[in-house]
Amino acid sequence: MSQLLLDVNALTMRFGGLVAVNGVNLQIKNRQIVSVIGPNGAGKTTVFNCLSGFYIPSDGSVLFKGEQIAGLKDFRISRKGLVRTFQHVRLFSSMTVIENMLVAQHRHLNTNLLSGLLKTASYRRLEQESMDRAVYWLEQVNLLSFANREAGNLSYGQQRRLEIARCMVTQPELLLLDEPAAGLNPNETKQLDELIVRLRDEHEISVLLIEHDMSLVMGISDHIYVIAQGTPLADGTPDEIKNNSDVIKAYLGEE
Amino acid sequence: MMRRNFYTAFFAAGITLVLTCLMVGVKLTSEGTELRVVGATATQWTWIFSGIAIVFLSQLFRDQISAATAGIPRPSLDKILPAESVRSRLKPWLIAAAIVGLIIWPFMVSRGAVDLATLTLIYIMLGLGLNIVVGLAGLLDLGYVAFYAIGAYTYALLSNYFGLSFWICLPIAAIMAAIFGFLLGFPVLRLRGDYLAIVTLGFGEIIRILLNNWTSITGGPNGISGIEKPTLFGLEFNRRASEGGTTFHDFMGIDYSSSYKVIFLYLIAVVLVLAVLYVINRLMRMPVGRAWEALREDEIACRSLGLNRTVIKLSAFTIGASTAGFAGCFFAARQGFISPESFIFIESAIILAIVVLGGMGSQLGVILAAIVMTILPELAREFQEYRMLLFGLLMVLMMRWRPQGLLPSKRPHMELK
Repeated sequence: MSQLLLDVNALTMRFGGLVAVNGVNLQIKNRQIVSVIGPNGAGKTTVFNCLSGFYIPSDGSVLFKGEQIAGLKDFRISRKGLVRTFQHVRLFSSMTVIENMLVAQHRHLNTNLLSGLLKTASYRRLEQESMDRAVYWLEQVNLLSFANREAGNLSYGQQRRLEIARCMVTQPELLLLDEPAAGLNPNETKQLDELIVRLRDEHEISVLLIEHDMSLVMGISDHIYVIAQGTPLADGTPDEIKNNSDVIKAYLGEE
Repeated sequence: MMRRNFYTAFFAAGITLVLTCLMVGVKLTSEGTELRVVGATATQWTWIFSGIAIVFLSQLFRDQISAATAGIPRPSLDKILPAESVRSRLKPWLIAAAIVGLIIWPFMVSRGAVDLATLTLIYIMLGLGLNIVVGLAGLLDLGYVAFYAIGAYTYALLSNYFGLSFWICLPIAAIMAAIFGFLLGFPVLRLRGDYLAIVTLGFGEIIRILLNNWTSITGGPNGISGIEKPTLFGLEFNRRASEGGTTFHDFMGIDYSSSYKVIFLYLIAVVLVLAVLYVINRLMRMPVGRAWEALREDEIACRSLGLNRTVIKLSAFTIGASTAGFAGCFFAARQGFISPESFIFIESAIILAIVVLGGMGSQLGVILAAIVMTILPELAREFQEYRMLLFGLLMVLMMRWRPQGLLPSKRPHMELK
């Protein structure tokens, strides 16, 4: 039986009287790229905030690997293996690239104060391991030569890639990407496209994607969910979505 | 242009007039039982008006002045200091030389100088502790002196009621301060910036008022006196040994001198400061040091990466508090007398000024600033009532000349080899 990695049922988020998300369902299997699309203000990012624990959903259930995670603290959810990026790049910009990668592995390190003060063997081993993991992922996103640069001095495309690498180094099982292609040039978008596919095929993780770049979404998604004004509109394979009259209506308006 | 400068010059001169007239121009003198207001003498008035004239003219012609001084090169640290590679090779030697110097020095100078140096070392300890909280973790703490007070009172009370020695109380004082840091930190660390500052400010006052009013235990405003001095493996530094004790000079077979005690206290302070420096230096290179900086930069990103912000902030707060506890315990032992008067808000402000003057986050800067802040008021003693005026002038000049602090430096960054 193929157990669902993420199973979201009737997710609802209300801000006072405003219903931002209304009864959204999502299903993600292992090694799948799933996209959420919809017009601006449809509530896509709100869904992300609910899944990653930044908001506590008003209603509905979020099962991650069969476990209820709705209402858990954000850092607990990310420790379970569900890690997100942000619509606007959020790096530790005055720290070096390699340090950004090390901070992300904070919980894998030996944070016992005494062993750090005495530089015990286990402390050094864990520090070395996290360094190796950081190097590995910097190599994967072509940033190894920038390791000692300040993160804030990287180009926008590089910052985007570093953000993904920083998530990957925490060893997640599900990666939530919030508009990763926003602000990238066509060349960088193509690289990103390849990177996401590689994450699924080689590193065997699942990706949940919010994106406006339709060629990217249609090209790599295994399944697509469409949300309009907080309510689910349609879902299906890229081909089904392309030909769905409701979706076309929502995006282009009625004839 | 000239016209605009004229207005500012006029305004600046007016402010100078009001301030100098209030501070220098009028004086209160007591005659018998009553106070009388006395005006300044003719020479003082000449000085006041020439000062005002200087302010007026320098403001009026400030464009010309700044154009003239633009050619003068600004002092740059990078040019004076040797290259990075040379510096890193010299570093262990310099540190060794500094430590040896610190140990030999007190035997060559006067008692007063050693005493002042001990006071400076206490402020260095406090500055280093607050630097963790403010400089590294970015949490503005205006009630830092409370932890200092807790450390001091822990030792004073334990010594008074239970007769515990300084060396046993030193870790206890640090732990007590850390516990209070934890208790305060737990509810308030979700606050940010100004709000945190206000709550910590309140906490500082609560502790002081508590000490002031809990007369049955703390002695209230009368304080606690006769606190025992530290001993060296049981050897006392008094003229006469207490019951069953031995004095240092008897043990060594030398004559009694009161300066032994002063030098001994100084050496304890040196050891404490070195220990604190070592620990903080390690902390900054450890994961927790990185996490402090990351949390200061972007809290939301930290949360999304699985960092528990409460734990990380609490660790900064607690470690900072325990450093103050150390300093407080030593302070109580050195003074032999403490009262709530020693732990007023202005102390918090001075410690914060040390951190800011030094350049947030920089250890060497904090040490330099602590030296400046404690020694300068002493040197300026001969200026009597103008002492604080000079102090203020220094602060203003500092903010004008180096707003980033004396030696702004970052946490040592990890590099990939």
